[in-house]
Amino acid sequence: MNAILSTTTAKIFKYELSDVLRSRWVLAYGAFFLVVTDALFRFGGGSSQVLLSLLNVVLILIPLVCTVFGTMYFYNAREFTELMLAQPVPRASLFVGLYAGMALPLAVSYGLGVALPFLWHGVGAGGVGATLALMVGIGMLLTFVFTALAYLVAVVFQDRVRGLAVAVLAWLVFAIVYDGLVLAIAHTFSAYPLEKPMLALSMFNPVDLARIVLLLQFDIAALMGYTGAVFEQFFGSGLGMALSLGALGLWLVVPLLLGRWRFAKKDF
Amino acid sequence: MPATAPLHLIASNAPDTAAPMVEVHGLDKRFGALHVLRSLDLRLARGRITAIVGPNGSGKTTLIKILLGLVRPDAGTVAIDDAHVTEGWQYRERIGYMPQAARYPENLTPREVFAMLKDLRGVPDAIDEELIDAFHLHSELEKPLRTLSGGNRQKVGAVIAFLFRPDLVILDEPTAGLDPVASSTLKDKIRSEQERGTTFLITSHVMSELDVLADDVAVLLDGQIRYSGPIRDLKREAGEQHLERAIAHLMTKAD
Repeated sequence: MNAILSTTTAKIFKYELSDVLRSRWVLAYGAFFLVVTDALFRFGGGSSQVLLSLLNVVLILIPLVCTVFGTMYFYNAREFTELMLAQPVPRASLFVGLYAGMALPLAVSYGLGVALPFLWHGVGAGGVGATLALMVGIGMLLTFVFTALAYLVAVVFQDRVRGLAVAVLAWLVFAIVYDGLVLAIAHTFSAYPLEKPMLALSMFNPVDLARIVLLLQFDIAALMGYTGAVFEQFFGSGLGMALSLGALGLWLVVPLLLGRWRFAKKDF
Repeated sequence: MPATAPLHLIASNAPDTAAPMVEVHGLDKRFGALHVLRSLDLRLARGRITAIVGPNGSGKTTLIKILLGLVRPDAGTVAIDDAHVTEGWQYRERIGYMPQAARYPENLTPREVFAMLKDLRGVPDAIDEELIDAFHLHSELEKPLRTLSGGNRQKVGAVIAFLFRPDLVILDEPTAGLDPVASSTLKDKIRSEQERGTTFLITSHVMSELDVLADDVAVLLDGQIRYSGPIRDLKREAGEQHLERAIAHLMTKAD
């Protein structure tokens, strides 16, 4: 039974992957990171400066691209989905195959786009290797998180315009509005001890969590934003990193399982 | 009026009286406020061609989609050869389906779609591609599906429905987009497969076509089966020569 499930998933993944690669925008997406990273080196930065400059590109752009492309692709794959549903295919396999066929090429092209320029420019001295690996890893994790969120939205909303609007709104909240809200709360209640509520708040935003993990590695508390600063103060680097990585993992697993569950019950 | 016809009508000249191919009991489905199927009962005899007729929006396509597992029922049981459709997916290995408006991945060619389905089912050969020849589809096999005409897409859908020699073939408005030649090719195919023992479920708005093709008819009205049994018996009961008039008679009687 499990063997059938996984081979079917693998086949669906294969079809979707070939379709995703056939439309060349995934390659363009990887090429974008390649050009930006390479340019940052050429404009005279050391490895660690390049990584720091990439940070905000990664935190803003990955969630945006994954939500928009993920939602659009899921809606556009409706024909394929309906064709597959009439075949002897378990729905769970279909969903996981569709998800992996989207998230994996996005994650890999981002990873290569960032890592390759470091290879030909030299990773440099100062132990940047670990930071680069973390940057690539966190970017990939964000890819999986936001593709899962995009698929969840697309499964729940039948209408593609509404679904896309919800997905973009979610991105806007997580990537832009959330930190402003947190600051506003901090300002409003500045007379009270806010450390613990702030820690709790950061758990509810995957972009915040990714930022915290990366900045704990960079060890620059000043750039962390409010929640990040509190985080390091409270936990120190090691525990803080473990905790935020764990929370980020939940942000991947929960939307994915919810999406799979809704997909299994959905009427086509 | 009872939801189903007496059993003797269904069994009258069936080739065998074994367990039915499809057995639906107490099927209920709502889409929001819309009550599409109301405690519907239906049996499809093995090896026979059953036509499902009913006005637009009477729930024909919903019923078919529930048989395929595309739509989940709210209540009731649906068994295809004793396999419950809500409890598994393996039963779909034995079903061929031609949707009403066939929609396929736009960038793929028919040949790629066929190859994909064969690969998915793990059936590389020993299948039925007879319709590709019969429809003269060879010249279209390498073109992306988005460039194919509506009729040719329907033909691709028909090929897919028969591809794996299924025991049950479900055809939703099969001849709607087909030219007369292709349409009669498809009907020949349906008859020859019936001789091999295949069970058919067909919806159509062309009553004269069903009159010639189908053995049994199920009349769907307001989410329930108003009549189910041999076309011949329905005509006799109504005292009409043609299926269309017999059904009209039944519907006016129901009002």
